[in-house]
Amino acid sequence: MEGRTTYMNSKRIVAALAGVAAIGLLVAGCANTPSTGAPTKSSTLVHLPALTSISTPPNAVLPAGDGKGTCPATTTIGYVGAETGANASLGINIYNGVQLAIDQHNKANPGCQVKFLKYDTEGDPAKATGPVTQVVNTKAIVGVIGLPFSGESKATGNIFEDKGLVHITPSATNPGLTKNGWTTFFRALGNDSVQGPAAAKFAVDQLKASKVYLVQDDSDYGIGLGATTTAGLGKALVGTDKVNTGQKDFSTVVSKIISSKADAVYYSGYYAEAAPFDQQLVAKGFKGAFIAPDGVKDDQFIKQAGDASSNAYFTCPCIPGELIPSFESAYKTAFKAEPGTYSIEGYDAATVLLSGIDKGNSDRAKLLAFVKSYDADGLSKHYKWDATGELATPDVYGYEVDNGKIVPIGVIGK
Amino acid sequence: MIPLLLHLAVSQPHLDDSWITFDIPSFLQNFWPATFDGLTFGAIYGLIALGYTLVYGVLNLINFAHSEVFIVGCYGVVFVLTTLGFGPNPPTISIAAVIGDMLLAILVGMLASAVTAFLLERFAYRPLRHRNAPRLAFLITAIGASFAIQYTIFLIRGPNPEPSVTMFVPEPVFEVFGTTIDSQQITIVVAALILMIAADTFIRRSRVGRGIRAVAQDPDTATLMGVNRERIIVITFVIGGLLAGAAALFYVMKIPSGVQYNGGFVLGIKAFAAAVLGGIGNVRGALLGGLLLGLIGNYGQLLLGASQWTDVIAFVVLVLVLLVRPTGILGTSIARSRA
Repeated sequence: MEGRTTYMNSKRIVAALAGVAAIGLLVAGCANTPSTGAPTKSSTLVHLPALTSISTPPNAVLPAGDGKGTCPATTTIGYVGAETGANASLGINIYNGVQLAIDQHNKANPGCQVKFLKYDTEGDPAKATGPVTQVVNTKAIVGVIGLPFSGESKATGNIFEDKGLVHITPSATNPGLTKNGWTTFFRALGNDSVQGPAAAKFAVDQLKASKVYLVQDDSDYGIGLGATTTAGLGKALVGTDKVNTGQKDFSTVVSKIISSKADAVYYSGYYAEAAPFDQQLVAKGFKGAFIAPDGVKDDQFIKQAGDASSNAYFTCPCIPGELIPSFESAYKTAFKAEPGTYSIEGYDAATVLLSGIDKGNSDRAKLLAFVKSYDADGLSKHYKWDATGELATPDVYGYEVDNGKIVPIGVIGK
Repeated sequence: MIPLLLHLAVSQPHLDDSWITFDIPSFLQNFWPATFDGLTFGAIYGLIALGYTLVYGVLNLINFAHSEVFIVGCYGVVFVLTTLGFGPNPPTISIAAVIGDMLLAILVGMLASAVTAFLLERFAYRPLRHRNAPRLAFLITAIGASFAIQYTIFLIRGPNPEPSVTMFVPEPVFEVFGTTIDSQQITIVVAALILMIAADTFIRRSRVGRGIRAVAQDPDTATLMGVNRERIIVITFVIGGLLAGAAALFYVMKIPSGVQYNGGFVLGIKAFAAAVLGGIGNVRGALLGGLLLGLIGNYGQLLLGASQWTDVIAFVVLVLVLLVRPTGILGTSIARSRA
């Protein structure tokens, strides 16, 4: 008896499921149109005019050089950093810039064909030591571009130092990195003790925020930048929270922010977490500005957060490479994409190494000495490092999301 | 003692470099939103936890690949929805159409997860069972299968999360204790509860459910009494998969950009913890454990002032509970539950 009933029950369940599926298909078939419309700034947010051009130094050193460079056939430049991983886009932007510089160099200098090798760290400090050890033990590599992120840079700086291998980071901004006594580490941009205060000034002065809520992740980058921004915000700071790398649910942080009545949020971390965070903020009715640093400034952020990203502004010690016409068009031809965050820094950093190699500095010691005494313009800025590996006068740029695109709005924090 | 400690902690200025600080005002202020969000996420944990609990009940096996069964369901859901034109922005079509699409998505998600669970049982665990492999072999196989599925997805879909999918914008429905409850929270909690009650009823009332309980209680005797053990095991895996696939839709609804090759891992661990907390092998325990874990994590992060504490608190409480009740809150075993 019971067997019969269950049999009938299961028959009924099957019928019900089939019915539901049929309805689903029907409804799906007739009514769906993809939602369109690019995100636009709501009226409550400040809309800043876009920057349309930047000046480039007239005598900038270019990868092509004078075309007379000579070097051993084995000469190799390495890239170590994220090729995959949650924040891979930030790495891809960089090595494409490096690749472009090397391609232009090799085309113009038949006597010096530099090879390019890439090593993946997934942007993870725990995974970075392996590839870096491999790089320092590869004799042909005379100089390295990387590592892009602060945590992995901190974890591996000693390995480069031990082997005397020069490495220029195009994007790691943690201020502590140049305080380790390393002589092989160079930073091709401003650090977060410049970016943090600039971001705070940008939020308060330009975006007119009076209550800023600061959320930082658990990376060296997020913590360092969180601290300098906190200091810069002073009384405008209404609350802080800390989140984890890989966190996807931010509901509690969101309710704390909403009950604090903050009119702006500063997120100190990377886009992998910033995108779901911003989306959940907006879904819960947050109307203020979402301000985030260089680690979030990527098209992936907009792609993942959708319309919610229209409330976003970015701060970045990076130069808008897309406004340098020669660079933009060459990059676009090579990679079928606009240059991204730090593409130009990657390109410039590679140019420094290439011009050294062209001048006969084709072993590690000579190339390191060359970079130490380097004093010339690149496409994005002037490159001359102090004894710790910092540049003298780095600029921080502001950006905003407008019509689904990241648009530069000029130098901030001055 | 404890009030004194709390008082001391509160009276101190909020310094960033201090080790642990208690943020009582924020806890009180955000108590209700945290409760409702915790229950919402807890319902998702509970649905996934059922898969761990059922398989443990019949096989005494912790199926560590269950988190991948779940993430395959997420991919199923996302593929259906993106094919139907859903994207990061809320859809512009009518509510009825959205509901229809979601039903289709949940069916595909359930199917994808169930098929994964079925294949997992067929190719990873059954051969071991037929060779009378020791328990450790099952455990290692489970972990291996988990990685195998993860990196298969990685090879096909790459490292980036799938573009986010928004099904609907959560609308406030009503207020409780000054906190708005939105349509998304209601949908997730109600749907998850219905599914869990259905699963519980199925196991307690149906013929197959009786088979599951019989196998859990004593596999040999069950076989002698005419229960087809192999069939019961397959069905158990499939039920776990169906529930995980349903959880996938709710997860995508809550976290639209959370679908990534390794996105199931942490969630799987939490769901497993929920199953243990409630009493592994106990169907109602999975539900209770899930809801509790969602709440505890949220309260913990509010009280300690940073969401970094969520998992720490959740697992500390798990350990404390297990110290007092090693079999979990409701005790173990599907077998002992009577129909």
